[in-house]
Amino acid sequence: MKLRIMTLAAAVAAAMLTAPVEAKTFRYAFQGDLNALDPYTLNETFTLGALGNVMEGLTKRDKDLKIIPGLAERWEIAEPTRWRFYLRKGVKFHNGEDFTADDVVFSAERALSPESNIKSRIAAGTKVVKVDDHTVDFVTTAPNPILHYEWDTWYIFSKKWSEANGATKVQTSSSQLSPFTLKANGTGPFIVESHQPGVKTVFKPNPNWWGKPEHNLTEVIFQTIKSDATRVAALLSGEIDMMDPVPVQDIARIKANAGTDVLTGPELRTIFLNMDSLRDELLYSDVKGKNPFKDARVRKAFYQAIDMEAIHSRVMRGNSANSALLISPLLFSRAAEFKRHPYDPDAAKKLLAEAGYPNGFAVEMDCPNDRYVNDEAICQAVVAMLARIGIKAKLNAMPKAKYFEKAGATQKYDSSFNLLGWTPGSFDSHNVLLNITGCRDDKGAGAFNYGGYCNPKVDELAKLVLVETDTAKRDDLIAQAFRIVHEEAGIIPLHQQALNWGVSKKVKIVQRADNQILFYWVQKE
Amino acid sequence: MSSEEQGLPALEVPPSTRAAPRGLPARFFDSDLWYSFRSSRLVVLAGIVTLLMVGAALLAPLIAPHDPYDLRALNLMDSDLPPAWVQGGDPRFLLGTDDQGRDILSTILYGTRSSIAISVLAVLLAIGIGVSLGLVAGYFGGIADTIIMRIADVKLTFPAILVALLINGIAQTLFRGRLGGAEFWILVLSIGLSFWVQYARTVRGMTLVEKNKEYVQAARLIGMSRTAIMFKHVLPNVLSPVLVIGTINLALAIITEATLSFLGVGLPPTEPSLGTMIQIGNKYLFSGSWWMVAFPGVTLAVLVLAVNLLGDWLRDALNPKLR
Repeated sequence: MKLRIMTLAAAVAAAMLTAPVEAKTFRYAFQGDLNALDPYTLNETFTLGALGNVMEGLTKRDKDLKIIPGLAERWEIAEPTRWRFYLRKGVKFHNGEDFTADDVVFSAERALSPESNIKSRIAAGTKVVKVDDHTVDFVTTAPNPILHYEWDTWYIFSKKWSEANGATKVQTSSSQLSPFTLKANGTGPFIVESHQPGVKTVFKPNPNWWGKPEHNLTEVIFQTIKSDATRVAALLSGEIDMMDPVPVQDIARIKANAGTDVLTGPELRTIFLNMDSLRDELLYSDVKGKNPFKDARVRKAFYQAIDMEAIHSRVMRGNSANSALLISPLLFSRAAEFKRHPYDPDAAKKLLAEAGYPNGFAVEMDCPNDRYVNDEAICQAVVAMLARIGIKAKLNAMPKAKYFEKAGATQKYDSSFNLLGWTPGSFDSHNVLLNITGCRDDKGAGAFNYGGYCNPKVDELAKLVLVETDTAKRDDLIAQAFRIVHEEAGIIPLHQQALNWGVSKKVKIVQRADNQILFYWVQKE
Repeated sequence: MSSEEQGLPALEVPPSTRAAPRGLPARFFDSDLWYSFRSSRLVVLAGIVTLLMVGAALLAPLIAPHDPYDLRALNLMDSDLPPAWVQGGDPRFLLGTDDQGRDILSTILYGTRSSIAISVLAVLLAIGIGVSLGLVAGYFGGIADTIIMRIADVKLTFPAILVALLINGIAQTLFRGRLGGAEFWILVLSIGLSFWVQYARTVRGMTLVEKNKEYVQAARLIGMSRTAIMFKHVLPNVLSPVLVIGTINLALAIITEATLSFLGVGLPPTEPSLGTMIQIGNKYLFSGSWWMVAFPGVTLAVLVLAVNLLGDWLRDALNPKLR
């Protein structure tokens, strides 16, 4: 008996001595769920950010958002319409397969398939040609200087793995999951060890990663904590090391606590309101036989009814910058030329009366309640402000998984009036002109145009913007396009929200303005 | 067997056989029930509190200083104000305002009104379903009894809140965007449908006892139809335990409504009930805006406590074993 205990003690001691590093677990929480582990299902920053630790694109973006080589070692523009990418050699997927040009061609097809939510990552009409195992050509229809701007979030799938796991088709719904979406097979610095959608995801470092790790973690645990108060409590008590977003009313409380701090910065995301101006009759309204949102006066009335100063000071408590544009002023040099239409309920009432709705009308508003900072509170405030000009808006607030399905492409934009936030993945205005204000087509243009706003003149300008290489001329074209959207109030921009991450002081983390949570740069004490 | 069933009174003498020449109020104030009510100060207090709260809720549109459901009257600049007696408070808003600038006092009055209305209707619905099914099961027996009671058994294995959430989810999907203000009735339906089993089981047990008594046999002898016997003779004699369960269930229904609203599947945020108010206030717990959650929370606690006390008293008063 004694001998046995001795042996056991010796074994334990040996195990402790040979343990290479102290376990360092980074725990973080977000207000919304991580659902399908298929990055082509939902083009949403949080999901793409989480998966960016596991999967990689041909390019990456560094701590300052500059484009750097990822799975492609280097690239060159062979001819104006032919880009050549040289792939990194010796890279292996998590399951041990080699990464080759076939995977890139396969991923391009997958990204462009009808079910994909990221079709606009690869410009329409681009052909992907395998040259050899480690060289791929992209042949575009016209010169395109920003072809690869969003490829840091176009993650490469393994062709063999996808075929073996039934993952060749993109998962369409982020709430009803196919089995393959519970796994992920990438080339990135972290491996998904387990995934419970909406609850918890565990990541482990990838020992065979091609790069040099800049983190010191042995495990990462992600949890969804929907309730603002619970998320704050978890951070204050040290249960988690980082959380996003900090409710604006609790910033002072977290800063005052000894072990925690708030990392703040401007975010590139713009929050805006979409009105269905495409259908001939609104789906959710008491106006029958016509669509009031087709009338620019009605849209402008909505615009002018919203008191953004009040939302800025009361709902956001100063943590936002009101915006006249659908893009952050940090991303467009001529943003200062644009001013919001002034808040003026009387003018709004007059516009409504001119348009033939002196007593207003009823409409339903869809709003996510776990995606953006105080999203539901903003919607409630908007509904109350609209009531003052006679618009009876009924608010449907719902979790983001349901919201993106209802208001988005999955359910054919089943919404009349809604709130959305957008960070252009390319950090360039063309992305906004294509995804947000572009007329919807089946090739991915206007895919996030939740109101269906469509002005062919804007589309014309967007096409010119894409191929223009002279910066001044290009900015002028962009300004012209934004001017049209602004004048006819096609979409109502609200503000850029501020970035507020709650972090433990034991953790060093990189906060990029695109709000991706990348833990491969986390150092924990 | 649940405890409620064991504690049920067994009425030996059908009330219809008592001679009662006097008027109803006089009979009431002369009864054992009134006597036992008067003799407990706690119960009298609970009665007064319940009466006051129900009264205030019913009169909400008349006595509330603001109309919190009228979006036009809300001003975002009035949001997050503390109660009037605290530094920074505004005399217009006695108990402060919430994150959208709604007056907490008025919202509590309106919210209590919605909560009570939903709960009462839900309990009535549950009684309607439960009593009918219980009568049928007990009186006819056989296959009807088996089917109804097995459904009830299955239903009992799920917590009421889970069933309510399930029904709520289905109803919301079915009626989404079709009916304005459907949330109110969806709540009534989901709470009502999750509470009927207790009534069905109780009434069935009572009916099994009652149907063999002489007065039922006599009615059968003179040739009354089974339906008539069931509703005219058996029903009145099984109702008093239903009344007791109903009162206790009322408190439970108020809590369930608050829970559903707290979980975000209840009344819309633009028409908050007590549960919605607590949910909103919960977000501001750490930022020091205690009034948003404290006042509706206390109101809910007091209301449920008072109704529960009344229910307990009623159960004891009607229980012959405790007399």
